[in-house]
Amino acid sequence: MIPELGHFALIVALLLALTQAILPLYGAQRGDFTLMAVARPAAQGQFVFVLLAFVCLAWSFLNNDFSVLNVAKNSFSQLPEIYRLTATWGSHEGSLLLWVLILAFWSTAVSVFSRHLPEDMAARVIGVMGLISVGFLAFLLITSNPFERLLPAAMDGNDMNPLLQDWGMIIHPPMLYMGYVGFAVAFAFAIAALLSGKMDVAWARWSRPWTTVAWAFLTLGIVLGSWWAYRELGWGGWWFWDPTENASFMPWIAGTALIHSLAVTEKRGAFKAWTVLLALTAFSLSLLGTFLVRSGVLSSVHAFATDPARGAFILGFLAVVIGGSLALYAWRAPKMVTGSGFTWFSRESLLLANNVILIAALGSVLLGTLYPLFMDAMGLGKISVGPPYFNAVFVPLMAPALFLMGIGPLARWKEASLPDIATRMKWALGVAVAVAILLPLTLDGFKPWASLGFFLAAWIALAVLVAFADRLKHGQGGLLQKLSALPRGFWGMQLAHFGIAVGVAGIAVVANYATERDVRMDVNSYAELDGYTFTFRGTTGHDGPNYRAVRGTVEVSKNGKLMATLHPEKRVYNASGMAMTEAAVRPVVFSDLYVAMGEQLDEQGAWTVRLFHKPFINWLWLGALLMVVGGFMAAADKRYRIALRRSEVPKHVAAQGA
Amino acid sequence: MKPRHRKLALIAAVVAALGLAVVLVLNAFNSNLVFFFSPTQVANGEAPTARAFRIGGLVEEGSIKREKDGLTTRFVVTDTARTIPVIYTGILPDLFKEGKGVVAEGRLGSDGLFAASQVLAKHDENYMPPEAAHAIEQAQKAQQTVVE
Repeated sequence: MIPELGHFALIVALLLALTQAILPLYGAQRGDFTLMAVARPAAQGQFVFVLLAFVCLAWSFLNNDFSVLNVAKNSFSQLPEIYRLTATWGSHEGSLLLWVLILAFWSTAVSVFSRHLPEDMAARVIGVMGLISVGFLAFLLITSNPFERLLPAAMDGNDMNPLLQDWGMIIHPPMLYMGYVGFAVAFAFAIAALLSGKMDVAWARWSRPWTTVAWAFLTLGIVLGSWWAYRELGWGGWWFWDPTENASFMPWIAGTALIHSLAVTEKRGAFKAWTVLLALTAFSLSLLGTFLVRSGVLSSVHAFATDPARGAFILGFLAVVIGGSLALYAWRAPKMVTGSGFTWFSRESLLLANNVILIAALGSVLLGTLYPLFMDAMGLGKISVGPPYFNAVFVPLMAPALFLMGIGPLARWKEASLPDIATRMKWALGVAVAVAILLPLTLDGFKPWASLGFFLAAWIALAVLVAFADRLKHGQGGLLQKLSALPRGFWGMQLAHFGIAVGVAGIAVVANYATERDVRMDVNSYAELDGYTFTFRGTTGHDGPNYRAVRGTVEVSKNGKLMATLHPEKRVYNASGMAMTEAAVRPVVFSDLYVAMGEQLDEQGAWTVRLFHKPFINWLWLGALLMVVGGFMAAADKRYRIALRRSEVPKHVAAQGA
Repeated sequence: MKPRHRKLALIAAVVAALGLAVVLVLNAFNSNLVFFFSPTQVANGEAPTARAFRIGGLVEEGSIKREKDGLTTRFVVTDTARTIPVIYTGILPDLFKEGKGVVAEGRLGSDGLFAASQVLAKHDENYMPPEAAHAIEQAQKAQQTVVE
């Protein structure tokens, strides 16, 4: 009964989404307030029903209802409860349902926090989100019903992919989708603005906090995925330039460009058309990313051919969203008035450079990700584009962007003075160069790319210091008072930039100075790596809830002192019989010691073992977290709320005008 | 400079920067593409000898041989028509098994031995790497045409 209830709830949600889309959009066009007023309750009602469907699916998973095909395929009776719950979004169908749930959540959030918007704007934004919801709900119901029954019911399930049984994977998809779908809000604002023709500064101010929050979630989602891959895949890598990763990275790059371009539009009224285009792009790439990963097209373009309904729907939906929004853009954008001018050296021009570089980087990732798919689909041969391409392109492209990042926040709007900035940053340049030369000496030798990384990291970090010093010169009271008086937008930006500096430093070290060894280890034999001694103490059997494992014991010492005892495992999962390496990772100060087991070699208990020393890898996660916190902080800036109160006054005036 | 000239200069700078980026990207793209060849294609001498490429197929039953150091492995990749001997040093992925699909990246030696620098792991037991599936499909198609 419960799965049928879920199915029914989805159908009701689709009807509500249709209502939420059609009536308010039509009402806004006609100036009919009764129809516009439908938007909020419809969005909230849709959320309730999608949530109900989601709870029904989660209930089926938790209660091992193997008469539901989705549950039988992706869960297992011995699976621990928490993974049974997360298996809800482990499959294609379930993850699309999560997508719709999060979309409904964002729509409801917009319906609650949009009281200050002119009625027609709010109606259009919520209506556009309803349209997207209609597309996804129809896709679920027509091609990917998560509640499909299996008759007769399976005795037990096929189990969840062991690699996904990790707590990084519990929160990675929801966070990632919060980001993807959050860009739907920016998209809806852009479409609403195009429909109404009101492309003013207020529009940028409304959509800015939403976009920043979505960006922060996406950042968190991506870094969680990276952290999961690092610990779970057993290769010690944290970024593989795999199409699945690129699928989430492309909307992130577009989103990063968007939050910077929105800043110009909000503060100076410039870049209007460009900002709208970026908002459309960021969401289109989110859709593309979802479908690239979820349609199976990455594992084989022929997956499309084997399931023509899904493939056709996906392509059709993408065509409608991207084509439709671009057509609307082409029709409306020429009417936008350009904002005030600026000189070649100003904050605007620096942010323009930021955008140009980011878009070039985006294009290069898009090319490397889609070209192999295109070649394959056309039957022109199979090729792959691996990390060497992306590294060769991405690093040289981003280096100038990172350098400009040090200057941008110090430059004035409209017209900045180059000599003035040169004076303020002279010492920072000196210190950064010194760091780039001296720091490698304390590490394992001089490496040019590492030095460039250190230079840029130091440069950005010092620029953050200079920016704070500038702000603290003025104002009254003690240091703490002054610091707390600084706007949250400023804090957020500086924190996020500082996070980039920390992350770049971490990448520079770990990409250049990490060491690894594959060794044969007999019981009680040892191997050396970077001054650490790894001693293998043999293995013992160990049974988990749904797997059997061989657990190794590796003692790591430095200068005769025991630093850590690691327990890497080799598991075989009961349901699927799939073997999996569970690496043991232990942070020691700023480094990670990382041990993964290969295969047993003989009866005496010798194994092949992979040893890693990963210095400063933690800085990478730390840097990303600083960016996330910075994003949330910037979105919480007071001026968005002040704008909210101020615009309440002329609300009815705007309404009458509409 | 007049504002109009300034705008033109700005646009020219942006276009120049983008042009440079495009050249950089396409250059890197060209020199880093990794092509895929099936065992049959390699046997026919279609694969390059100067450049790394990928092969795919099934690990032939009974072909895995480990050398004494425990780290160097020799195995044979087949597309059911032709085979390639492969050598790899390092730890193999969990799902590397005889009779299962595999994709390896590396260079072809003059002795016909494929020295793999990377053996690709996939995340699912039942999942066949698309390149491997493709190689077998091609080989079987070719055989069928011969029979007909």
